[in-house]
Amino acid sequence: MTLLSQLALWVGLPALGLALLLTLFRILRGPTLPDRIVGLDLLGTLGISVAAVVALAARDAVYLDVAIVLSLLSFLGTVAFAAYLERSR
Amino acid sequence: MRSVILATATRVVFPLLLLFSVFLLFRGHNEPGGGFVGGLVAATAYALLALTGGVASARRVLPARPEVLIGTGLLAALASGLVGLAAGRPFMTGLWGDVSLPVVGKPGTPVLFDAGVYLTVLGVVLLILFTLQEEDEA
Repeated sequence: MTLLSQLALWVGLPALGLALLLTLFRILRGPTLPDRIVGLDLLGTLGISVAAVVALAARDAVYLDVAIVLSLLSFLGTVAFAAYLERSR
Repeated sequence: MRSVILATATRVVFPLLLLFSVFLLFRGHNEPGGGFVGGLVAATAYALLALTGGVASARRVLPARPEVLIGTGLLAALASGLVGLAAGRPFMTGLWGDVSLPVVGKPGTPVLFDAGVYLTVLGVVLLILFTLQEEDEA
């Protein structure tokens, strides 16, 4: 294991896990719907980071494809939520 | 929904998504990917188009109606099974040709089957999305 994958495993993943927990707290707490939507968007971004860091830690480039798909698609959900918000107002 | 940013981003992301869906389709034979995911990614590309410019504009870009895509996909999958039968082997036997093409590799019945799955998934998802959104727009 190289230093980089060690760092990804022992520093990157715990930090991202903490960020995920904090984001989850914001989604559960709210207090308004836009807050939750931004939280979900952040969850998607963190998912991309987790995929990239796991690719480093496991030294497997296949996980990078997950990051590609997520980065191409994760904003679609946010856009759909925004459209729904505009319509329901 | 009217948004300049979204419309501009869609113009860039749409061809990227389609390209990546085809990449997933062909790569699925040996590594993660395949017709199902590829079809889903392609469907999201058209969903993005329908979200920015309305269902009518997405239908104009789509080469065939979603119902036709479903039928073509199912027929392609059936044909890939019948090739084995025609060669005197059991139904759905995987057979490969001898020619080697660039990018795609050796063409065989599994690729045809996966392409059928791709078209069917694309058609089904788009049929659902378009129907729901047209109801919403009306």
